Amino acid sequence: MKITFPHMGNTYIAVKAMLEDLGLEVIVPPKCSKRTLELGTKYSPESICLPLKINIGNYIESIERGADTILITGSCGPCRFGFYSVIEKEILKDLGYDIDIIVFDPPDGNYKEFINRITKAVNTNNPIKILKSFNRGRIILKEVDRLFQFSNKKRAYAVNSYEVDKIMQKFSEGVLKVKGVIETKKLIKRIFKELEKIEVDNTKRPLKVGIVGEIYTVIEPYVNLDIERKLGHMGVLVDKFLTPSRWVEHNLTLGHLGLSEERKAWKAAKPYIRTLVGGHGRETVGSAIMYAEKGYDGVIQLLPFTCMPEIVAETILKTVAKDYDIPILTLIVDELTGEAGYVTRLEAFVDLLKRRKEERKFERVLSRS
Amino acid sequence: MSCKVGIPQALLYYEYYPLWKEFFTELGAEIVLSSSTNKSILNAGVSSCVDEACLPVKVFHGHVEQLKNKVDYLFIPKFISVCKKEYLCPKLLGLPEMVKNSIDDLPTIIDVEINLIKSNSNLHKSVIEIGNYFTSNNKKIDLAFNKAINRFNEYKKLLANGVIPIEAIKVYNKYINSITTLKNSKYKILVLGHSYNLYDEFLSMKLIEKLQKDNMKVITPDTVSIDKINYYASKLPKRMFWSFGRKIVGAAFYLIEENAVDGIIYISSFGCGLDSVLIDLVYRKAKKFKVPFTLVTLDEHSGEAGVNTRLEAFVDMIIWRDSNENNISTHG
Repeated sequence: MKITFPHMGNTYIAVKAMLEDLGLEVIVPPKCSKRTLELGTKYSPESICLPLKINIGNYIESIERGADTILITGSCGPCRFGFYSVIEKEILKDLGYDIDIIVFDPPDGNYKEFINRITKAVNTNNPIKILKSFNRGRIILKEVDRLFQFSNKKRAYAVNSYEVDKIMQKFSEGVLKVKGVIETKKLIKRIFKELEKIEVDNTKRPLKVGIVGEIYTVIEPYVNLDIERKLGHMGVLVDKFLTPSRWVEHNLTLGHLGLSEERKAWKAAKPYIRTLVGGHGRETVGSAIMYAEKGYDGVIQLLPFTCMPEIVAETILKTVAKDYDIPILTLIVDELTGEAGYVTRLEAFVDLLKRRKEERKFERVLSRS
Repeated sequence: MSCKVGIPQALLYYEYYPLWKEFFTELGAEIVLSSSTNKSILNAGVSSCVDEACLPVKVFHGHVEQLKNKVDYLFIPKFISVCKKEYLCPKLLGLPEMVKNSIDDLPTIIDVEINLIKSNSNLHKSVIEIGNYFTSNNKKIDLAFNKAINRFNEYKKLLANGVIPIEAIKVYNKYINSITTLKNSKYKILVLGHSYNLYDEFLSMKLIEKLQKDNMKVITPDTVSIDKINYYASKLPKRMFWSFGRKIVGAAFYLIEENAVDGIIYISSFGCGLDSVLIDLVYRKAKKFKVPFTLVTLDEHSGEAGVNTRLEAFVDMIIWRDSNENNISTHG
């Protein structure tokens, strides 16, 4: 069995290490590229949202490299992500691929089937072994998120921010060469050390921008045109509300105890939106408010074109921006998004934030308060 | 003094209007209905709503704009689920919030949550909550709602007998006294889509009426029996978690598999997230069973001439295909 899964930012690093530890042969889909998107767009329903199109591209490119089993997660609505597995199966069938798709849907009462799927996917029915490697995978996920967060910080403060890119490039190449959790952990540690060595200018007072929105667009750098890196080079300190490890934390562990960051976002969003609207609509509103309260200079909302929950959030963010006096930029991506226009909007937004910050500084000087 | 409750003639109006009308009237409230959709409502909606919203949601905003200064209350319930383990579209889930954050100077909005995702008994709670805007007498509310349900069931009976909601609602509003009975038509066309696209005559450009004039018998998901819908929807590899999705897919699968329609026209609005999935499911099935399928996508720039041309071509094709004994495939 040669197993593959769709890309979603850095999750591949943890999933790969975890499955390798369980003794499976893993085929990581090639990094998302123009070809991935073109393949996906060609074979997907025209008006479906972007993540599905990228998924299809990932599958085809992995199958070309010999993958015969696909591992995906699911949901039970109300966002259309819950129907991805059904459509994706049909598309691949129509393309004539003989491939097994294993879907981890929320159990919906049928735990036996859920467990069957897990044992099928990981080729073992030893629950302790599964739990152990799951836990180790979770740690990797957390470490990787920490690493990328650290690289964002470095970029904002570095004397030469492009040095960070060089080291991170080394990381993404290295990850494909190492096998299993232990080697991956070692690599992360090494990269951390290299990043630490980069010369920083601590007198810099970078702008702080929070990124909110639909999880796939926030996490997958190809889809968001590498927004973190772009902002970093503009001297902006970036923080993402949604990361893979936070998702796991909310959905599989802390969420049920009411302790996760997402729960805090729900609370913050409450005056504006009382109930779920599917996807991460409510979290988007709540996290934007949390960023405003923490004194961030601006917020950027990312969503794929026609994303239903995020459109509801977008409407409400207009009021949040007014009430909290914080600029919020909404960026919508699809297969037609052009890089030049996107960068122009980012630059204009950052310029606006800079001006606001300066104006506030001088306001105080003149009024002598 | 009776207070005025505004109900926008958009979105779920086509599903539940008869129910709410009876209920509010029983409670002594006066119903103010916005006019049928027209150009100025559309324009008002487009300019007050975010660009990315779909056409029906924009139109809904237009109806709210028309009503907001004429009423004491606006009835925009927060529909989350109307059936166990099923949801409505995320935009309906957030509709009251979208309206509140897009339109200024609104009257009080009755945005009671209706959520049957876990248990149907939640409906009672919601009904009491809505009724409490008008009276604190819970018994009176129960009585009024029971009466309303009885009338609503009569309306649904009309639908079950094959009367499409456009006509049923007309009877209901007493605009006309009798339903235009159709001549026995040879061809049956299934018109699919969300009720707010199908039955809004401005948005759909009277597509159903045009088909009927061409002597086609029009079937919509509302006229298909619920048992058939549920049975055929359950054939999907995964439970359909959208209530309207279940209705559309179930009705389509039933009529396709039973070979009971000559063609399918899907009316969708641009950017509809549910439709992007539903169309794909229905199209694949139609293709497999060689049933002609066409898609009409609406948005604020749709031109009637183009839609007419496509409709005529589709109708011609169905008649021609029937007269040709090979029943030539329309899917290439």
